[in-house]
Amino acid sequence: MATAEKYVGGGVLRKEDPELLTGQAKFIDDLTFPGMAWMYVVRSPYAHAKITSVETLAAVSMPGVIAAWSGNDLADEWQGSLPCAWPVTEDIKMPAHWPVAKDEVRHLGEAVAVVVAETRAQAKDAAEAVRVDYAPLPVVTDSEEALKDGAPLVHADLGTNKSYTWTLSAGEVDKVFAEAPVVVKERYYHPRLIPNAIEPRGVLAVPVPAQGEFTLYSATQIPHVLKTAITAFTMANMPESKLRVIAPDVGGGFGSKLNVYAEEAVVLAAARRTGRPVKWIEERSENYLSTIQGRDVYQDVELAATEDGKLLGVRAHLVADMGAYLQLVTPGIPLLGAFLYHGVYTPEAYDFACTGVFTNKTPTDAYRGAGRPEATYAIERAMDALARRVGKDPAEIRRMNFMTPFTEPTDVISGLKYDSGDYGKTLDRALELVGYDRLRADQKSRRDRGDAKVLGIGLSTYIEMCGLAPSQVLAALRYAAGGWDAATIRCLPTGKVVVVTGTSPHGQGHVTTWSQITADALGVPVEDVEVLHGDTAFSPLGMDTYGSRSLSVGGTALYFAAQKIVEKARKIAAHELEVSEDDLDYEAGTFTVKGAPDRARTIPAIAFAAWTAHNLPPDTEPGLEATHVYDPGNFTFPSGAHVCVVEVDTETGEVRIVKYVGVDDCGTVINPMIVEGKVHGGVTQGIAEAMFEEGVYDENGNLMTSSMANYLVPSAAELPSYQLDRTVTPSSTNPMGVKGIGEAGTIAAPPAVVNAVVDALSHLGVTDIGKPVTPERVWRAIRQAKGGAA
Amino acid sequence: MAHVEVTVNGVTRVADVEPRQLLVYFLRETLGLTGTNVGCDTSSCGACTVLVDGESVKSCTMLAVQADGREVTTIEAMAAGGAMHPLQAAFHENHGLQCGYCTPGMIMAAASFLKENPNPTEEEVREALEGNLCRCTGYQNIVKSILDAASRLSGARA
Repeated sequence: MATAEKYVGGGVLRKEDPELLTGQAKFIDDLTFPGMAWMYVVRSPYAHAKITSVETLAAVSMPGVIAAWSGNDLADEWQGSLPCAWPVTEDIKMPAHWPVAKDEVRHLGEAVAVVVAETRAQAKDAAEAVRVDYAPLPVVTDSEEALKDGAPLVHADLGTNKSYTWTLSAGEVDKVFAEAPVVVKERYYHPRLIPNAIEPRGVLAVPVPAQGEFTLYSATQIPHVLKTAITAFTMANMPESKLRVIAPDVGGGFGSKLNVYAEEAVVLAAARRTGRPVKWIEERSENYLSTIQGRDVYQDVELAATEDGKLLGVRAHLVADMGAYLQLVTPGIPLLGAFLYHGVYTPEAYDFACTGVFTNKTPTDAYRGAGRPEATYAIERAMDALARRVGKDPAEIRRMNFMTPFTEPTDVISGLKYDSGDYGKTLDRALELVGYDRLRADQKSRRDRGDAKVLGIGLSTYIEMCGLAPSQVLAALRYAAGGWDAATIRCLPTGKVVVVTGTSPHGQGHVTTWSQITADALGVPVEDVEVLHGDTAFSPLGMDTYGSRSLSVGGTALYFAAQKIVEKARKIAAHELEVSEDDLDYEAGTFTVKGAPDRARTIPAIAFAAWTAHNLPPDTEPGLEATHVYDPGNFTFPSGAHVCVVEVDTETGEVRIVKYVGVDDCGTVINPMIVEGKVHGGVTQGIAEAMFEEGVYDENGNLMTSSMANYLVPSAAELPSYQLDRTVTPSSTNPMGVKGIGEAGTIAAPPAVVNAVVDALSHLGVTDIGKPVTPERVWRAIRQAKGGAA
Repeated sequence: MAHVEVTVNGVTRVADVEPRQLLVYFLRETLGLTGTNVGCDTSSCGACTVLVDGESVKSCTMLAVQADGREVTTIEAMAAGGAMHPLQAAFHENHGLQCGYCTPGMIMAAASFLKENPNPTEEEVREALEGNLCRCTGYQNIVKSILDAASRLSGARA
């Protein structure tokens, strides 16, 4: 039956929840197969060393052990390295990266051998009996040090630690900076971040030896990309058609499961060699060494401006730490921010350069925001520095530099076309919600009184680039794949609807959101829509889930697939009702004859007619099913204004967030409840980056923050509640006007927090505090500003 | 091997276990109760939280043999007769979960906490959750869910 209820824009409760709430979900470690064996990985205790020998004999003789292999033992399993899909320049240096190291290890935790045994415990016990001899080599852990002459080489065969330099320039940069009355120079460092999805990674390969077939279950964000990449580049003699990849319930990703990992290849190899299902589950301590990490970027940022603060030029030069190897999209991460260092402002000159550098650390890659938090942090921190320099309020300096509101694609200096935006509106709303004028008055009176606890207000008027991506743009950026996505809608004869999506959710709620879009388009109840995802056997087309792309690309594919369904249904309805197609109105799943509304056909009734095929128009295929593959014509550009209010204890350096307001514009909203949830989570990861989290390596390449006990993932006790609102400026990129919201909070929050802390202490002369703004760093900055020793 | 007799979700389970086996793996791999998840190996994340004799325990910090003769409750027992527990319903209605991996542990920790403190403030809920990490929700809707469940439960008692 058709329904008049509209679901898009409503707070439909999540269809995903019941099994997650009752312990019935099936995460990777919940899957078991008859005859399943376990794999354990032996990892390097050195950040850089020659492997002089690997002795597995003792391990193999231990109880339950099936096999143990070194990197050389496994060498014939590979046709090539683990894939890097983004060689950003023609002359990029790309080292070999074997799933198990053969003769040299280049970061702590790199795999050197694997053991396969009957049980988890037996595999782990036997791994301790694998004897590996190492000859330690010199270590380099800092990307700027690694660029200096004489620095130890991570890959001796490359002759350099520099992987690439990528540049982008527009306008008369040198002239603008030479002539500008005001130039602000800032330097920022973005510490290493450890993604910490609460579910660690895990892989399970199930072989059908007689057919040479494999099903690979992986806690991954990218089953489709994984299937193609691992068979095209890494596994020897494994045709893509013989591999099925399934992402079961996946416990968060944040970019860390957007990769093709060594363990995925090795588990496949182990299943092929043993002919048995083989499972590997990452321990958290392994996760800290063998799952990609985020950020680790130095930035030199310069703004050129007029005397009253009109922005004329932006220059951003980066040194980005790649770690020891290039993972799937490692080199491209800085490029995702490269076009956004001017933010929502309108300079006439723009200059960006990034040098990617190898060090003896775990590879970096996409972590929530990926490139865009770095860009937003740079411009939003620097705009505050400019405001201080020219004596303007941070809100005023932003307002006078905003792009004027626009609804159609608009060129910006870096070469992008922003889709739509009204940046003043979000800022005004955020300032209103936070009570900006009152807070400034409070700040002043505390300072006048000489209070030990001072107040700071930090703004961040961010923009990001989502909806990855127009395939031709990706080609221009030398990315190896496309940016499209796909959806299939199948109307079943009973009136129920099955949606197959190429996106691969792991917490985002696509099942609910996709059901809402489909239910509205086809006029069926939301509970009659079933959404299938994450299995390459039934969803052959897909580019998966990352970069806030799923709704604006995969959701748009679904929107067009629904249009195709309606188009075909219209033909069948017209035929059955014996009128021309033009004589039919369509609304909420029902076709009615113009002027005779009692003559009607619903989509479910047409689906049944299409299935029986008893009376179809000529040349009409039976069945009511449509697939659409959507390649976006442009990116989408979510934006917003976040305001953080902090109280800083000048005696202890402690920072407390008093209030946090976020006003986001992600275009049209399908499910406000889900959107708000993502902002909560995103802001929290941004606050964590600003205040708590920092992956620290010592000079020997040992990770000092190697567990959740000393890498500070914040708990509820460290965080406030946030006050959120939205403005809606529909995207001009896609017909629903959606933009994406997965990363917004993580991009917006860090500069809001740090700007607030610096603002709180600006009257003392503090102009910068590095992330994370720990009590110690704050206290030292205050001491230094007061003329004492830092 | 050590002989244990543990009442799990109201049913007495008898097994011979390796002395080093953690309670969480006894539940997951010996009994097949995979609703309790493992998120770390330093007892930091709380994903594995269950109730032992009614009190919340991180089941990765306890050996199966230590549960001998005791009563263990896992997430699987929370929805009695198919109806969700008020905490589960509150998490659903307040969007207190996204990927759902930390959720069983959150719910078990909250169940134990609400028994001790049936009418908590937001701040008390936040403090009580200190040992349970979530990477998706920013905790805001988890806190809201638990406050909502508290009022449902006290409403049911009244």
